[in-house]
Amino acid sequence: MDMHVLLFALFAVGAVASAVLTVTRRNPVASAMSLVAHFFMLSGLYLTLEAQFVAAVQVLVYAGAIMVLVVFVVMLLNLGNEHRLQERSSLRSVMGTLIAALFAVQVIITLLAHPTGMNAMSPQALTIGTTESIGQTLFTTYLFPFEAVSLLLLAALIGSVILAKRHVK
Amino acid sequence: MGIDLFGSLPLVVIWLALGGVGIVIQAFVRDNTRLVFGYYISTLIATGVLAALTFGHTGLTFDGMVTMGGSGAFFDILFCVTGILTMLAARPYLQREDSEIDEFYTLLVSAVSGMMLMAHANNLVVLFVGVELMSISFYVMAGFFRKSIRSIEAALKYFLLGAFATGFLVYGMALVYGSTNALDYATITSVVRAGTTPFPMLLAAGVTLMAVGLCFKIAAFPFHQWAPDVYQGSPTVVSAFMSTAGKAAAFSAFIPAFTMLMPVGAGASYVMNMQLALAVIAAVTMLVGNISAVAQSNVKRMLAFSSVAHAGYLLMGIVSGTAAGHQAIVFYLTAYTFMQLGAFVIVSILERENDGHLEFSDYAGLSKTHPVLAFLMAMFMFSLAGIPPFAGFFGKYMLFIAAIDSGFTWLTIIAVVSSVISVYFYLGLVVKMYFSDPVGEGHATNPGTAALTLGVAAAFTVLLGVLPSVLQSMFTAFH
Amino acid sequence: MPTTIPLDWYLMLSAVLFVTGVIGVITRRNAIIIFMSLELMLNAVNLTMVSFSAYNGNIGGQMFVFFIMAVAAAEAAVGLAIVLALFRNKQTVYVDEVNLMKW
Repeated sequence: MDMHVLLFALFAVGAVASAVLTVTRRNPVASAMSLVAHFFMLSGLYLTLEAQFVAAVQVLVYAGAIMVLVVFVVMLLNLGNEHRLQERSSLRSVMGTLIAALFAVQVIITLLAHPTGMNAMSPQALTIGTTESIGQTLFTTYLFPFEAVSLLLLAALIGSVILAKRHVK
Repeated sequence: MGIDLFGSLPLVVIWLALGGVGIVIQAFVRDNTRLVFGYYISTLIATGVLAALTFGHTGLTFDGMVTMGGSGAFFDILFCVTGILTMLAARPYLQREDSEIDEFYTLLVSAVSGMMLMAHANNLVVLFVGVELMSISFYVMAGFFRKSIRSIEAALKYFLLGAFATGFLVYGMALVYGSTNALDYATITSVVRAGTTPFPMLLAAGVTLMAVGLCFKIAAFPFHQWAPDVYQGSPTVVSAFMSTAGKAAAFSAFIPAFTMLMPVGAGASYVMNMQLALAVIAAVTMLVGNISAVAQSNVKRMLAFSSVAHAGYLLMGIVSGTAAGHQAIVFYLTAYTFMQLGAFVIVSILERENDGHLEFSDYAGLSKTHPVLAFLMAMFMFSLAGIPPFAGFFGKYMLFIAAIDSGFTWLTIIAVVSSVISVYFYLGLVVKMYFSDPVGEGHATNPGTAALTLGVAAAFTVLLGVLPSVLQSMFTAFH
Repeated sequence: MPTTIPLDWYLMLSAVLFVTGVIGVITRRNAIIIFMSLELMLNAVNLTMVSFSAYNGNIGGQMFVFFIMAVAAAEAAVGLAIVLALFRNKQTVYVDEVNLMKW
């Protein structure tokens, strides 16, 4: 039991720390690396939730594919450090930050005042996170959105080729 | 478990035509935009016809993931017609701008398929995938003039703000899912109506966040700031498509989602607050849209703000939450699609490269240089302003009645006031076209196939105004 | 064996992560870092989905996570292509330097 709490605390602190690093680093590569660390922390959190398959895919897709793409673009554009961390109309960003922070505080206060009362995972949690059950559901009940996502990826593929190609005609 | 093949046909056909056949054609037939254009026009025609055939065939398919027939099929037809009209207008426009690449039509059809998913969604997952399929196609279409910094800037803004809004939408979905323990509309509806959710606070937060995400997609205040910039920067035909079909799609998702999450007069305590909040958003949206439009000198930007204002009018139907309100939305959306599309297409015909000929002053004396275009533009402006006998008048009337019937008289008064404000700039353009002398020589225009678009849009703008019962009789098949 | 960590902890954690992403989007000016902040937001949603899924014993949330991942991948491709196109035209990735129309 203590082991679980310990792991949760470790990953949670790691996730928050790496998220904060991602949004505060001047160098895009440093941000990207913090984000990779964040994805690993989340993967650990998914394991504490018994979602093994999601945890594996998290690392493969996010850290393995998306972040490689991001780092590739950063390198391609040869971006240096930002001179000024933030420059956009400061009043708006301060307001936005305050509202966003208020939202988080609000959620925490609400949850502390009205706990959900769910202190243990459902017994089914052990079975639903396995590859077997994920595959079973994805290719039966969720067949339609699964196929629809293929169209989405196709549109994204065509779109990015169109936008990034140097000469089209 | 069950797939009703007949009822699923519109969705399946557009999907196979795009992902199965269209891509192969484009891969092996290089540089033949005419073939691709014809192929995708026929795809949309086939999809529209199938949707019309399945109109009366209501029910669920794909394990309850999507609905068949009814309002979904009606919206399919609307999206397909808008898609066809946009393609007809886009071909001469893109050729003139020397940017006709056949992928434009691919992206347009994939956007239509995303809209169809939104209209048919019966599960939050399908809604999410549909919203994203439409949005991703739009991001690329907005940046389609890759050499134009305005177009790329529009794409960047649309992408960053659109993805930001998606974050809110999907966080809302997560909270709704958590508090109702379901993703399908039927179960969520029953939990919300019975008020049996264990976490009412989370449900209310989730509904609010979903409303934020959807309000962004319809460009309602305070999430409207992207609309003028994106519509001004994008290629004009793309703006035409995004501001009509895109808005129709967002409302086609908004209606079922908020029938489910905001059951007026039942259970959950947050419903009244939510309804009031949406009413305030609707009121501010129409005022902000119309007042900002008055200050514009660029016709494209003026039309963008007019589309913001129309989002406000349409939200009145959501606020009322009644079947009559939803029918009014569908009617007004149909009317709005034709008149707004027509106006944008006229702008695209008159536009010259490098964003030339887009100012109000360029429209001076248009009745003398281009009498037909000026006449049609005047008609669309009258309709957008809500002046009888055009379609816009009857649609507004239906929305106002729906709002009054559900006790939102103050909202209707604001709507009337903002309509009066809107008359100023809509008629301002008409006055400019008819009572000013042309500046310099009028330049030659060659509308090409866009003439067909204008003809159809004008015909529907008049028809829906004179004979609204044509459309209303279809509504009996809904719900 | 089930843990004794309450669901609330996961929800608070994901709210904090979501808000971190939101603040990143609002305050940063580098389009690529804004994009990474968007990824943070989506990941916070994923965490919410998975924790509800585990505590409610409902597989839907884990299914949703896959769709969010697919969408994130699609957005990555399109978003980075837009940034590339922007860089080709203006040699910048800073959103405040892109203001032909007001931001």
